[in-house]
Parts: sequence; C-alpha cells; structure tokens
Amino acid sequence: MPETIAVSKLVKAYGDLHAVDGVDFTVNSGEVFAFLGPNGAGKTTTVEILEGLRRRTAGEVRVLGRDPWTEAGRLKRRIGVIPQDFQFFPKLSPREAIQLYARLFAVRVDPEALLAEVELSDKANDHYDTLSGGQRQKVGVALALVNDPELCFLDEPTTGLDPRARRSIWEVIRRLRSEGRTVFLTTHYLDEAQQLSDRIAIINLGKIIATGAPDEIIGRFGRPARLRITGDPALVTHLTERGFRATATNGGAEVELRSKADALAVVNAVAGSGLRWEGFSTRSDTLEDVFIHLVGRLEEGSMRALDEREANR
Amino acid sequence: MNLPRVAAYFPAFAKGYLRNPLGLFMSLIFPIILILIFGAVFSNSGVSAVPLTVQNLDGGSAASQQFLAALNATGAVSITLVSPSVGNLSAYISHHSLTAGLVIPAGFGAALANHTPVSVLVYTNPSAGSAAGVVQGAVQGVVNGLNLRLAGGSVVVSTIQLNVGSVLYTYIDYLVPGLIGFSVLVAPMFSMVNISSTWKRDKLFRQLSLTPLTRGEWLTATLLWYVLLAITSALLLLGIGAAVFGAHVTLTWMTLPILVFGPMLFVAIGLLAGTVSNTPESAGVIGNIITFPMMFLSGTFFPVSLFPSWLVPIARALPLYYVIEGLNASMVFDNPSLALNDTLIVLVLAVAFSIVAVRAFTWRED
Ligand SMILES: Nc1ncnc2c1ncn2[C@@H]1O[C@H](COP(=O)(O)OP(=O)(O)OP(=O)(O)O)[C@@H](O)[C@H]1O
Ligand SMILES: [Mg+2]
Repeated sequence: MPETIAVSKLVKAYGDLHAVDGVDFTVNSGEVFAFLGPNGAGKTTTVEILEGLRRRTAGEVRVLGRDPWTEAGRLKRRIGVIPQDFQFFPKLSPREAIQLYARLFAVRVDPEALLAEVELSDKANDHYDTLSGGQRQKVGVALALVNDPELCFLDEPTTGLDPRARRSIWEVIRRLRSEGRTVFLTTHYLDEAQQLSDRIAIINLGKIIATGAPDEIIGRFGRPARLRITGDPALVTHLTERGFRATATNGGAEVELRSKADALAVVNAVAGSGLRWEGFSTRSDTLEDVFIHLVGRLEEGSMRALDEREANR
Repeated sequence: MNLPRVAAYFPAFAKGYLRNPLGLFMSLIFPIILILIFGAVFSNSGVSAVPLTVQNLDGGSAASQQFLAALNATGAVSITLVSPSVGNLSAYISHHSLTAGLVIPAGFGAALANHTPVSVLVYTNPSAGSAAGVVQGAVQGVVNGLNLRLAGGSVVVSTIQLNVGSVLYTYIDYLVPGLIGFSVLVAPMFSMVNISSTWKRDKLFRQLSLTPLTRGEWLTATLLWYVLLAITSALLLLGIGAAVFGAHVTLTWMTLPILVFGPMLFVAIGLLAGTVSNTPESAGVIGNIITFPMMFLSGTFFPVSLFPSWLVPIARALPLYYVIEGLNASMVFDNPSLALNDTLIVLVLAVAFSIVAVRAFTWRED
C-alpha cells in the first residue's frame, strides 16, 4: 500500500525542549490515522511540520512524496487542514469564507452543499465572530474541504463540540474515508480514535509509545478480558483454589481470562460451588484503559525526565 | 503574482474593513470632522500680519534700512529678507508659493539723497484679495510718508505694482492637502499595525498560508485597498473644502502618484511595526510613537512655513512631510517640479520600507 506520509527520526526542538523527539511512523493511503497523546505531547508540533507550517529540526518527512517545508506551495493544493484553535476573519460569514477559499484555490464548489454537510446552513450569513465555538470549528472543517484534498489534517476537530456536533464531524470523517481520502486526526477523545481510525499512534513527551490498529494496541498493552461474577464473596477463595486468578470486587469476584475456554470453566466452577451467584458479565480494556495505563506508567519516569530537563537549562 | 487571487482576496479584505466601524471612522469620517472644525475655526479669522518677502538690492544704504523699519512698524506685514543672490524675486515668489514680495532697487539710497525718482517694486496678485491690499496699502503708506518728508509732497519714490501670477493662499488651501496627508498616514498606519500584530496572534496569517495566496498577493490587495481609501478621502476632502470653505485646490496628474506611494509607505511602516512587536499591545504603542509626531509636525493642520524655525528640520525629517508638501505642490501651487521631487522621495522611502517589512514579515513559523 502506498505511503501517504512517511516520517522518520523526526525531531523538533524549541531551544532545549525537544517537543518531538525522534518520531517514526507511516500513514497509508486511504486510512484514518489517529494521533493520540496527552496535552503537550507534541501532536500539534508534528502535524504542523507535516502541513508545512513549521520547520523541523531534524529527520526525514515526506507528505504525498514531497518535503512539506520546501514544497509547501505545491502541497497545499492537495491537502486540507483544520489547525488546532482554528480562527477566521471575524467579519466574514461562513458562505463568504467558502467563496473566498474557492476563488483562491480556483476551484468550483457549491457553498450550500458544503455548509449543509457540516450542518451550518442556518448560519451561512452570520459573521464569524457571532458564531459559537462549535460553529466556528465547523467553518474550519468546511474550509479544509474546499479544495477537494487527498489528505486531510484534523487537529482536534471535535474539541469543544457538543455530542451531536461531534457525531456530525465523525460522519464527515467517515465520508472522507469512504471517498478514498487519507485522514490524519489528532484527538484527546479515545472513543473517537477507536471508532474512526484504522491505525493509531500514541505519543507522549515527544516519543511514540505505541502504534497499530486499535485492537492490536489493546491486545498488546491491555489487560486480559475479565469475567465478573456477582454473588457470594466466598467465590474468590473457591475459584482461587481451583487455579483461577480471581480477585474480590464489591459484591462478587472477578476472574482474569487467559483463553476463551477459561470462561466456560469458570462458569462451571461457580455453578458447582453451591455458593450464591446472581449474574455474569465480561469486561475487556478499552483504548482509554490502555492509554491511561501506558501514559500513566510513563508519568513517573516523565516527571524525572522533566526535572532533568529543567536542571539542564 | 496571480491577479485573480489578488482580485479574490481584495473584496474579502474590504468587507472586513468596512464592517468594522472604527476603521472607516478613522480613515474617512474623522478627516471630514477635522476639516469642518479647523475650517470653521480658522478660515474667517483675519491674518494679523501678511508675510512679505523683501529683496533689498540696496542693502548697504541706511535709507533702505529706514524704509524697511518704517514698513515693519506698520504692523501690517511681517518681513522676511531674501538675499539678492536668489535672483528674480517674481520667479522666487512663484516657486516658493509666497504671498507677496517687495524689491528695493540698487541705488535707492543714492536716489533719495539726490532727490531723483526711484521706484520700489511690489509683487502681489489681484486674486490675493485683502492680503494683497494690505501689502499695497502698507508700502504705499510708507512711500507717501517718505515723499512728504523728502520733498514736501512731490513724488520722489513711487511704487510699481506687479502681478506674480500666483494666487494667494488661504488657510483652507493648506488644510485640504494637509488633511489628505492625514488620511494617507492614519488609515494604513492604525489598521496595519493592528492587523499585522493581531492576525499573527490569532493565526490568521497561518490560515492564509494554507491557501495559494502568497504574501506578495496579500500585500498587493491590502495596498490597493488603502490606495482606494486615500483617493476616496482626497475626493471627499477636496469636495468639502471647495464647496464649504471655497478652497482653491485642484487635482492634477501629479496628485495621483502621491496617493499611491503615500499609502504604500505607511502600509509598509505599519506592517513593519506590527511584525516586529511581540504583542498587539506593544505594537499599538510603537504605532502611536511613529504616528503621532508625524500627525502634528508634518504640516497636516498648519503649514510648516508657519512653524518656528527650530521645528522645521524636525518636520523635514518626517516622511509625511514630503507627502503633504507634494500634495500642496500638486494641488495648490501647481508646482510640478516640486511635486515630482516629493513624489520621488516618497517612492524611495516606500520601496525601502516595503523591502524591510516584507523581509521581516513571515507567515510560517520556524
Ligand atoms: N512555538 C513554541 N515555542 C516553544 N515551545 C513550544 C512551541 N509550541 C509548542 N511548544 C512546546 O512543545 C510541546 C509540544 O506542544 P504541542 O503543541 O505539539 O502539544 P500537543 O500534543 O499538540 O498538545 P495539546 O494536546 O495540548 O494540543 C509543549 O511542551 C509546548 O509547550
Ligand atoms: Mg495540540
């Protein structure tokens, strides 16, 4: 599969601070790639380097086969961008903004269709400075699509949107993917990444700590699935005696499942115990659990790294 | 440079400008308010002493000194002496757009001593109105007194009245170009300082850099807007000056280049000030430090010729001085060579500042 974005050993230093510190990843054509990370991880810095808005300190970057810094002029006709904290000219309306972009890109677009797509038709003629935060973000989405881009960079496109507006942006992203466009998405919302993306990279303190499809990452870094039994607390001892890894929960026990067959064995053991039980449920890690686990585990180490950075100044 | 993109961006910029009442107020309305106020306050008050340029070709004689002392004592004229080396006074007056002139001929003292007839030359213009009459009256009065004393009333000294072919200018004639200069300065300076600093903060330049619009195209469209504003303001001020206060100002072909290069100069200075400052607040302060001295000291509200002499070099060091002098030369004095000279100075400054500003002004971050 052709690589739409190829990044290797990318470094961006702001003075002594390595905001991006040796990052490698590739994004394939036609996929939705999500870049996840806590605040200050280096997501925006990376995206801006890919968009040609920021110069890199070191490393190799190719976007659609071009160097985004030196060939930004050619690239911008093929990419669509919603920057983080998108802002626009306060006294222009969404319709005028789209018309301006269409004329600058010398493309034909139907402003009404584009406005309808981002659910902004009712605000088509209102000045940008009278729009709500979410409505402004939708203007950004519409503008990113004016030039019919092959590759879209969306830096936290749904931050600050209400649940319905978030879903309408999700629909846009799904449609972009179904049209064969590549989407590079950064987000804080793990459910969003899990639902929308083909592949994910988790970045923390300028370094990538996990990449892969959401399920792969959960499989690799998540805890095994667990079977939860509500009932007699004595079930914990009963199950442990039979070789299961059981822990107490309030109102029952939880057993770690090492294989699918485990589940049946546990159920049989519970049924045969003669102890009181009310129900079973299974629980497996979500991306969010994995993220908290991965980033949290790094947190102590990171604090030390930050202290060292400060000391070196 | 892609002209369709300039044409695409221009109306977007214009809309943004027109929908912000403050910008429009500063660039078009405020100068009109100023011309109405200053015009009303100063137009009707009589000038206390009419400036009179005197060339004394008989400088050594006590008689010529006494004559000038007597003329000065009338209080009707204020005398400025020019050297005989400036040559023909009539041409000198025309060229410097002066109100009136007087030549005391060589041998004036000797003629008086010998009681041989001699004439002093007075240059005025019929269209000078009351000021011409004041000069003629004052000179004639002194001459009459002299004749009376010398020869018991017989005419020894006579005056010869001559036209210098230039009109006499009233305050409003200076005010119109001055306030056009004011608009040329203020409209781009205030908004460019603001735009270049707040757009940087709000990442609007970054947003534009994501489109095919280039910095050069952006600057061209922006400049075109300020040129259009300057021309509009010039026409409004000219119309109001002529209709309300009877100003003698005309548009000549030399006016237009100044209305193009002037805004170009201040767009560049404003852009530079906004670009080099870190915050919109500091940009505002820098902008004011640049704008205010120019606003008052370049001949906007009062002609520089009325300034105390120590202020004149300061005025001449300010770029706006040449804009206003050029506008005066082209619109009021019909002095194309002076207008051309000023236009070239403004052009050179505009190009120089534009180069520096464009170098400093970047859209992408390092
Ligand atoms: N222009 C800059 N100058 C100096 N430091 C910067 C600059 N931009 C970003 N940084 C620093 O680089 C680091 C990474 O910032 P970046 O904006 O890439 O984070 P992010 O992952 O996008 O965070 P968020 O989720 O909050 O948007 C941060 O520590 C930030 O303080
Ligand atoms: Mg960010």
